[in-house]
Amino acid sequence: MSELVRDPVTEAPNGASDAVSDVYVRISGLDKTYHSERGDVEALKAIDLDIRGGEFISILGPSGCGKSTLLKCIAGLEDLTAGAVDIRGRPVTAPPLDTGIVFQRDVLLDWRSVLDNVLLPIEFARLKTRNWREKALELLHLFELEAFADRFPWELSGGMRQRVAICRGLIRDPALLLMDEPFGALDAITRDELNLELERIWERTHKTIVFITHSIPEAVFLSSRVVVMSRNPGRIVEVLDIELDRPRALDIRETPAFTKYVRHIRETFEGLGIMKRGR
Amino acid sequence: MGFWSSKKGRVLNVVLVLIGFCLIWEAAVHVFAIKAFLLPPPSKVITDIVSQPLWYGMHTLVTLKETALGFALAVLVGLIMAIGIVFSRFVEQTLYTFLVAMNSIPKVAIAPLFIVWFGAGIEPKIAIAFLIAVFPIVIDTVLGLRSVEPDMLDLARSMRGSAMQTLWKIRFPTALPSMFAGMKVGISFAFIGSIVGEFVASQAGLGFVIDSAQPTFDTTRIFAAILLLAVVGTALFYVIELAERTFIPWHVSRRREGAPAPSH
Repeated sequence: MSELVRDPVTEAPNGASDAVSDVYVRISGLDKTYHSERGDVEALKAIDLDIRGGEFISILGPSGCGKSTLLKCIAGLEDLTAGAVDIRGRPVTAPPLDTGIVFQRDVLLDWRSVLDNVLLPIEFARLKTRNWREKALELLHLFELEAFADRFPWELSGGMRQRVAICRGLIRDPALLLMDEPFGALDAITRDELNLELERIWERTHKTIVFITHSIPEAVFLSSRVVVMSRNPGRIVEVLDIELDRPRALDIRETPAFTKYVRHIRETFEGLGIMKRGR
Repeated sequence: MGFWSSKKGRVLNVVLVLIGFCLIWEAAVHVFAIKAFLLPPPSKVITDIVSQPLWYGMHTLVTLKETALGFALAVLVGLIMAIGIVFSRFVEQTLYTFLVAMNSIPKVAIAPLFIVWFGAGIEPKIAIAFLIAVFPIVIDTVLGLRSVEPDMLDLARSMRGSAMQTLWKIRFPTALPSMFAGMKVGISFAFIGSIVGEFVASQAGLGFVIDSAQPTFDTTRIFAAILLLAVVGTALFYVIELAERTFIPWHVSRRREGAPAPSH
């Protein structure tokens, strides 16, 4: 398991940029506008955000607030309209190396076994899969899936499939893991399970994780910081530090400190007119 | 699940219906004293095939060879064209339009031209079989290559996949179910194409058997050829279906059989 642990400080590039070594991703003045026949849509407007190395940061907002677009900008999958995204001080112009990505749909390849799905990024990087089998099995073991290594995705449940997708995202031991509503399609119980497992993995590895969600409790439960976004145009309205002890168990959600954070964010959304106040 | 819905039951069903059909046919010919040159009884048709198996076998093999070669060519060329259409806007706008225009011409109308160009051997039949079969294969392969989920393509890009890697590791396997749908139509079309070619000019093949039997009112021989056509055509279809089951066991429509249902 020790290979999974990586110290973000010693991993800083060549020691030259010590001043920014605690900032892993810097987003400055980012605009993203989509042009369509019906007119322009401002998906993201004036986004400024520093993501620190080793933090678990959630980007929380209603649908249409551009949170997935923001993630794709960090992943180098979108052209920026204005502003910049820098990773370790270098502008993102193509999908960055040392980055794993997990989507809401698991997008596993049905014709490959679980193990071969996890090894896909190795094949794409033209590395020898033989040398990475151990690592892949170790990751599957971490998610209690080693017995399913030779099975096929269509033989697995939704929660198991998403665990495989996370293993695939982690196979090259990336410093940065981008997760786009990874548990959004799962039932509540499976979602709780995976939240716990993800929290446990972050505890163990302290990877930088950017987690997109529209669930307030999920964001509070997992994160060190929560970025609250609003829509039309997509913008950041608040960045909240979550100072809850770790490791966190599910029953933390019933504690006053936890509910205080949830209420605070809910009130922020209500103030923006995104959520209606009940009577 | 009774016996009749089991696999054995279904096969037996088909066989019984076929036997019943032949018995009614046989009886009708005798009861109504229908002349053999109008409608021969099935017993006579089968006797004719059994009495000269090598002759019928040779002609069947010729038609089969024309169909198989035309179809194989259609799959190969169809795949290349589909890849071109999916990856190049220019090819899409030119080739695609040309294909649609080509397909709107009844192929029977081109058959005599092919005889002029390629002679009366098996080449023009292969060409016609190819020309008819290639259209559904291209259309369905293009559809399949385009049906990759956007997230899947984002994943490929995030792994810095080359166009070739994305094509062979992701797009092509994703397109297989759709390609097989096109190939099932294509194999039947190729079969029709080779018969059409044989009708226009030939010295061998089941189309030749029918064409040469017609002036002498040898209806028995015509029916024998039709029966063999039905058998070969059905067999070709199931060969593709078998290949489909072998190559794409993950295909949605097959998931119900054997695989455990995913539970959350």
